[in-house]
Amino acid sequence: MSNLNSPFVPFSPNPSIQSGVPTTTPPLSASKPSQLGSSNLRYASSRKSIYDRHLNRTQRSELSKASFAFLFGEMIQYAQKQVLGIQDLEKKLNIQGYAIGQRLFELLLYREGRSAKRETRLLGILQFIAQTLYRHLFGKSADGLEKSREHEDEYMLIDHEPIVNSYISVPKEMSQLNCAAFVAGIIEAVLDGSLFPCRVTAHSVFSEQFPFKTVFLIKFEESVLEREAVLQ
Amino acid sequence: MVILSILILNKAGGLIYQRDFNEGLNKLSSNDYLVLAGTFHGVHAITSRISPVPGSGGLEVLESDQFRVQCFQTLTGTKFLIFAEPHQPNIDVICRRVYELYADYVMKNPFYQIEMPIRCEQFDRQLVAYIKPKQ
Repeated sequence: MSNLNSPFVPFSPNPSIQSGVPTTTPPLSASKPSQLGSSNLRYASSRKSIYDRHLNRTQRSELSKASFAFLFGEMIQYAQKQVLGIQDLEKKLNIQGYAIGQRLFELLLYREGRSAKRETRLLGILQFIAQTLYRHLFGKSADGLEKSREHEDEYMLIDHEPIVNSYISVPKEMSQLNCAAFVAGIIEAVLDGSLFPCRVTAHSVFSEQFPFKTVFLIKFEESVLEREAVLQ
Repeated sequence: MVILSILILNKAGGLIYQRDFNEGLNKLSSNDYLVLAGTFHGVHAITSRISPVPGSGGLEVLESDQFRVQCFQTLTGTKFLIFAEPHQPNIDVICRRVYELYADYVMKNPFYQIEMPIRCEQFDRQLVAYIKPKQ
């Protein structure tokens, strides 16, 4: 039943209960204490780590805005020490968001359930980002999704008041900076992960009604447009 | 409820924020404001020592027939001075709200250096939006 030469190992939290396979590996719980000193994993008194929790356990949990604001502020200060210009700072924030987006995407797809279909169309994945991803991150969906008139390969996702920027006042000498570059990184990772390679940047657009309006400019690569044209 | 102006002093007694909310006020030079802040800081320290009641804090309210100044000192040593018209109730509420705005829009701003003069646009905007309707 279980082929020991197969590269795919059927998942089981306790390998000793795989049927038909005599195993010499001790059950996971017994091996943990010896690794406690070397790993960064936190173990509860019940010897369970974060990997033992159900993935949907934190689905409805909320995060304090203040905690996030302080952490995000530190991330920006950390990035600022390492770079010399605004473009580099935005790039650093983008990279930080990218790492998160890659993992978050898998989690969101898992939570969609078995009936979910993989998005192969441009509009489909953009809707996923504007609705599902945004709601997971910020509790509200994106305020607008537009296609650029001048360039075929550009789309714009609009947020009237990005939550990540709520407490940040950018000094006048850095007025070009938009810290939502972090969110742009998350979006870019989700798009890259579903095979729509692109570049995403965040731009502040001043409007009377929404002084903090941010536009995420999504610029797709040639291959995406060609594929879209074929699928049309 | 008329608020005349707000001053914020850092731990060392230096002025980090000053704003007038009433046009009729005398405009002092920025140096004068710094001197005023330093003096108040000193007076506050002295009053906490000479108080006959043991364990009391420093100067809290100074009232004259032209104005009333209320000082709110935080646990971290930052002082918020609210200048208002005399016989105003509920300045405490305003003090607390200004402290809340400070904790939000100044402390959570990654571009603000602690104990330096406050140059946060959001803080100004929120403060004005809070105080102006009360005038």
